Amino acid sequence: MKETKIKGRLWVLTDAEGRLYDDIDTDMIFHNRYLHITDVAQMGQYALDNLKGWQDFAKKAQAGDMVMAGRNFGAGSSRQQAVDCFRALGIGAIVAESFGAIYKRNAINSGLPILTLPGLTEHAHLFHNGDELEVDFATGQVVLNGSQVFQGEPFSQVQMDIYQAGDLFAYGKLLGAAV
Amino acid sequence: MPGQTIIQKIFAAHTSADASVAPGSIIWLDLDVRTARDFGGANVVKNYQAHYGDAPVADKNRTFFTFDLVVPPSTIPYANNQQICRTWARQQGVKVYDVDAGIGSHIVIEEGVAYPGSTLVGTDSHLNILGAIGAFGQGMGDQDIAFAFKTGRTWFEVPPTMKVVVKGTYRYPCTARDLTLAIMGRLGSKGALGRAIEFYGPAIDALDLPGRITLASQVTEMGGIVGFIPPSAEILDYVRERVAARDDPLWWPVVEGVYADPDAEYIETVEVDITDLEPLIACPPSPTKVVPVRQVAGRRIDSVFLGSCTNGRFEDMAAVADVVRGKRIAPWVMATVVPATRQVYEQMLRSGVLETLFDAGFIISNPGCGGCASGHLGMTGEGQVNISTSNRNFPGKQGAGDTYLASPLTAAWSALRGEIAVPQGDPSLAS
Repeated sequence: MKETKIKGRLWVLTDAEGRLYDDIDTDMIFHNRYLHITDVAQMGQYALDNLKGWQDFAKKAQAGDMVMAGRNFGAGSSRQQAVDCFRALGIGAIVAESFGAIYKRNAINSGLPILTLPGLTEHAHLFHNGDELEVDFATGQVVLNGSQVFQGEPFSQVQMDIYQAGDLFAYGKLLGAAV
Repeated sequence: MPGQTIIQKIFAAHTSADASVAPGSIIWLDLDVRTARDFGGANVVKNYQAHYGDAPVADKNRTFFTFDLVVPPSTIPYANNQQICRTWARQQGVKVYDVDAGIGSHIVIEEGVAYPGSTLVGTDSHLNILGAIGAFGQGMGDQDIAFAFKTGRTWFEVPPTMKVVVKGTYRYPCTARDLTLAIMGRLGSKGALGRAIEFYGPAIDALDLPGRITLASQVTEMGGIVGFIPPSAEILDYVRERVAARDDPLWWPVVEGVYADPDAEYIETVEVDITDLEPLIACPPSPTKVVPVRQVAGRRIDSVFLGSCTNGRFEDMAAVADVVRGKRIAPWVMATVVPATRQVYEQMLRSGVLETLFDAGFIISNPGCGGCASGHLGMTGEGQVNISTSNRNFPGKQGAGDTYLASPLTAAWSALRGEIAVPQGDPSLAS
């Protein structure tokens, strides 16, 4: 069984006025000029390089870091690279108030932990870059700096099953003839 | 048990009999058709080979590639990716709609591959455009599509459905695009997040196929999964004719519309009153930042783009031709036209629309997604202002400039003036 509670250093995706970014679309996450890239290992360096103020994210991020954003994170295109670039960097989890529908599927299917935290925008001022964030996929609990607790949505059954299997392909093989 | 919405009915017909299609349920969804395009396609092949080796796809007659993004390829990496797809498709016996064909989501309608009530997935996030004919289309990532190629199905969480009821009707120079912009302005980028939509009202019923495509194509930008427009008799006739004209020995569906039960349950009903509709425009950097065109009229523009899966049909181009016939666009404007498909291009060519646009100073490109996706044509530079009939104006999407989204008529009037202009009722008065 894979760990369902992880902890890491937080990056809070805010704009120039310090507000949590909403509607970060897949062109901001992984711009379409890089779409010819098919090697996941090559994708990390371009993560968020079209998001104002975050062009250097790939240089700053380390494996195990956590990412936080506002509403509708991953809006726009269906490109898998917008998920895979975070996997390439070893990002532990992405926490957002809500996710774009296709992005949510892509993240779940590739085993990248994402957690929906309703009402996050109201509490956004409490979170800062460098804070320690602990996320429990099974309960949906998010703990800031070991003290403040926020209630997010736990993984759905299929999300947990795919996460435990590794990815959609491994999950499909486990299901075998059932699929 | 309450009645079912359109998506519940389609899903119920495409999953096991004992599965619940209540919103929030996760089902295994049978997919009538699986597609990939040239973005994502090479990754689909790579994922497929890594996990399934040389094993055949679930059904080669229900699997397609549609190349539409960088067509013909402008760089070697894109050429390589397309060739990876072609080579693999030949081995598998899978059909490729190649770089000459046009936008995949339109091809599957024109070719009778998609039909009301069918389920179709691919790597295009605007595949939910198929809601225009009452079908379920869905864009997915390349892992999802590789899995679908192999298994013919996928897991899917049944979304709740919201109802959008449009009150009133509109008339020229308002178009289906202005109706769509009115709805987008009302719902915003998250108004349909994670939901299906059903559209109702006299203005919806009156939409022709291109108008339905325009509206359905923007559901993605409202955050929605798919937006269904209940098929009219005219749409059903069109689809039946397209299915009958198929040149492939595919399967032969019975083409019937799928409609919601009268007692179906909706999570929300939103009314949009368009009685006083005027031409609308979406300002950068968001497709839902909608204002009347008159509020931004007079801003000088550098570029005009006509096309994309949202407004790339023949009827869109013909409406522009009526405005610019015998006139010249402003000399400082770069104006590009990308027909949605080869069929649209042919209609433009044979009807004289292409010649009219050429004479007015438009650059006419081969069909595809160019000018919307940063594909084979038309980027803006820093400081440039672009008015486009495409579907997204996110920062950097069409280059470094600012992009406004509007109807073909607003784009046509603006091209002539060299500034954002409000279209008027008589096209011959445009200058």
